[in-house]
Amino acid sequence: MATRPINLTTAVRPKWPDRIVVGILGACAGVAIFVTLGIVLSLVFETVKFFQKVPPGDFLFGLNWSPQTAIRADQVGSGGSFGVVPLINGTLLISAIAMVVATPLGLMSAVYLSEYSSKRARDWIKPGLEILAGIPTVVYGFFAALTLAPFIRMTGGQFGLEIASESALAAGVAMGIMIVPLISSLSDDVINTVPQSLRDASYGLGATQSETIRRVVLPAALPGIAGSLLLATSRAIGETMIVLMAAGMAAKLSLNPLDAVTTITVQIVALLTGDQEFDSAKTLSAFALGLFLFVITLFINVVALGIVRKYQERYD
Amino acid sequence: MIDLGRKAGFGLTARNRAERRFQWVGRFAIGISLSFLLVMVGDIMITASGTIKRTEIALAVDLGPDRIDPADPQSASYGGLVKASLRDMFPNVTKRAEKKRLYNLVSPEAVFEVARIVAEDPGLLGGKRQIWVSASDDLDLYLRGKIDTDQPQKRRRISDAEIEWIDALQDADRLRRVLNWKFLTGGDSREPEIAGILSALVGSALSLAVCLAISFPLGIGAAIYLEEFAPANRLSDLIEVNINNLAAVPSIVFGLLGLAIFLGVMGLPRSSPLVGGMVLALMTLPTIIIAARAALKSVPPSFKEAALALGASPVQAVFHHSVPVAMPGMLTGAIVGMAQALGETAPLLMIGMVAFIVDIPTSILEPATALPVQIFLWADSPERAFTEKTAAAIIVLLIFLVSMNLVAILLRRKLETRF
Repeated sequence: MATRPINLTTAVRPKWPDRIVVGILGACAGVAIFVTLGIVLSLVFETVKFFQKVPPGDFLFGLNWSPQTAIRADQVGSGGSFGVVPLINGTLLISAIAMVVATPLGLMSAVYLSEYSSKRARDWIKPGLEILAGIPTVVYGFFAALTLAPFIRMTGGQFGLEIASESALAAGVAMGIMIVPLISSLSDDVINTVPQSLRDASYGLGATQSETIRRVVLPAALPGIAGSLLLATSRAIGETMIVLMAAGMAAKLSLNPLDAVTTITVQIVALLTGDQEFDSAKTLSAFALGLFLFVITLFINVVALGIVRKYQERYD
Repeated sequence: MIDLGRKAGFGLTARNRAERRFQWVGRFAIGISLSFLLVMVGDIMITASGTIKRTEIALAVDLGPDRIDPADPQSASYGGLVKASLRDMFPNVTKRAEKKRLYNLVSPEAVFEVARIVAEDPGLLGGKRQIWVSASDDLDLYLRGKIDTDQPQKRRRISDAEIEWIDALQDADRLRRVLNWKFLTGGDSREPEIAGILSALVGSALSLAVCLAISFPLGIGAAIYLEEFAPANRLSDLIEVNINNLAAVPSIVFGLLGLAIFLGVMGLPRSSPLVGGMVLALMTLPTIIIAARAALKSVPPSFKEAALALGASPVQAVFHHSVPVAMPGMLTGAIVGMAQALGETAPLLMIGMVAFIVDIPTSILEPATALPVQIFLWADSPERAFTEKTAAAIIVLLIFLVSMNLVAILLRRKLETRF
C-alpha cells in the first residue's frame, strides 16, 4: 500500500473562519449585557422625565398615591399625587404574608425530603412540588380571587371579623404557596451540602436525628437558607398577576392583612393599560415604579447570590 | 455546640416523642403544599366542567318565499325571522318588555347561525324548518341548576316568566345539550355562550414561535461561547453575573422594556405577537443559556480533546463533537423555557396584548392576545358563565404546559447518555 505524504503547508488552516464563528458566539453572549443595559436605560430615561414633573422627594417620601385626580389645583405636572410609600407598604405586607406561609412549609419540606424521606417518596414528592412552581401565576390569581378570598371572608365572618373581599391575606397565601417550591428546592440543595461528618459527630454524642437537624444541620446551613429566603422574597415583591387579580387597587397605609392594599406591580399595570397619554406624569410614573422595583429586586438578588456563593465555598 | 446537657440519657421517651413530632411536622408541610395543589386544580376542573356542553334551542324558522327572497337569501332579515319563530312558539306574549325577555332566550349569535345554515344549504328555503341555535348563557345556567330559584325574582338573572318558557321548551323537547366544540374553535366574544379560545391560542402560538426563533439560537450561541471559548477575564465574569441577575428580574420589568424600546423607540406594532414574542424571548434567554451550559458541561472533555488531537480546530471540535452530544439537554432547556413563556402574562399586558380579539390572527404583525391574558380578561368579567370559561381556558393552558414538560422529560430520558 502506497502511503501519501502529508503536505504540512496545506494542513495549517487559516484562522479567520474560526475567529468569525467565535465572534458571533461572543455577540450572542453580549446580548445579555445589552438586555440589562436596555432595561436600565429605558427605565432611567423615563424616570428622569418623570422627576422633571414630580420632585423625587415627593415620590419617595409621599404618603399619598392617587395618580388619577388632582389634589391641589396648583400642583406641578398633570395632577395627582405620586407618593410611593403606600405602595411599598402594600407590597411588603403581601410579601410578608407570603413569606410567613412559605418559609415554614418550604423549609420543613426541604428538611423532610433531604433528611427523612425514602428515595421512592422523594422521587414522587419533589416533582409534585415542582408542579406548583410550574403553574402560571394567572392560575393562582384566579383561584385566590374566586375561591380563596370568599372562603377567607366567610370564615372571618363567622368569627365576626370584617374582611375586605380583596384582602391582602388571600393574595399573600396564594403567593406563599407559589413560592414554597422555590424555598424547598434551594434549601434542599443547601442542606445537602452540609458535610455528613457534622451529623455523625452529633449522633456520636447521642443526639437524636431531629436534635441533630435543629442544632447542627440547620445552624450550619443558615447562611444558605437565608440566601434562599431572600431570593424568594425578591420573587414575591416582583410578582404581578396574583396581586393584580386578588389584591385591590386602593393605595392604603395599613398593616392589617385583612385590609385591601395595592402593590407596586399592580399600579404599574393599572397605569399602563387602558388609555394612556404619552409623556403625562401618570404614564411616566409607571417607569419610575418599574425602576424602583428593578433596583430593589436587583439589590436583594445580588446580596442573596453573594451569601449563597460564600456559603458554598465554606464547605467545598 | 450541642446543648444536650443534663438531659442526655434522661427523658429519652420525651426526646423520641419530639423526634416523631418533628417528622410529622415535615410530612404536614409537604401535605399542605400538595393538597393546596390538588384543591386548586380540582376546584378549577369542577368549575370548568360547565363548559363541556352547551345548550341549543330548536326554532321553527319560516324560510318561505314571502320571508326570504330565494334569489338573494342573504338580504333577508334573519333577526326578524328568529324573533318571529320565538313569538310563534309563545303566542300569548304580547307586551314589549316581555317580548324582549323572550328574545333573550337565544344567544345574539343565533341570527348569524341561522344565516350561515341557510347560506350553506339553500335547499332549506321554501317553508318552515327546524333549526338548532345557541341558547343564551342564562338559559344554560338555569338548566344546569346554577341559578338559585328560591331567591326573589329581582335578585336573579332570570325571571319567573322565563323559567316558565324554558320549562315549556323542555317539555316540547326543544332543548338539547351538545358538546361545546365552539369553545375550542371560536374566537373571543362578549357573549359567554359562544366565546372561544382559538384566537388566544393562535396568538400564543405565534408569540411562542417568535420567542423560540430568537431565544434558541441566541441562547445556544451564548452558552457555547461562555462554556467553551470565553477567556477568563472581567468581561466574561460580567456577562455571567448579568445572566444570573436577568433570571431574577421581575417579569413586568421586561414588559416595561418592551414598551419603551420595542414600541417606543423601534415603533413596532402594538399588541402584536412579534413584540410579545420578543419580550418573552428576552425573558426566557437566561433559562435557555443556563440549561444549555449545564448540558455542555456534562459532555466529557475527552470528546473534544480527541477531536483536537486529530487536528480539528477548536470550533470544529466543539460543533462536531460537544454540541451534538449536548443537544438533548439544550432542547429540554428550550422546551422548559417555552413552557415558562406560555404561562407568562404580566409583560404581555404592558405591550398591549390585552385587546378584545374576535378574529383569529393570521400574522405576527396583527393585534392578538395570548391564552393567559385571555384568562385574565375573562376572570375579570362579572358573569358566572365567563367564570366557567376562565376555568376551562386554564385547564387547556395546563394541558399544554403538562404536555410540553412531559415531552421535555421524555426527551431527556430517551436521548440523554450518562458518562
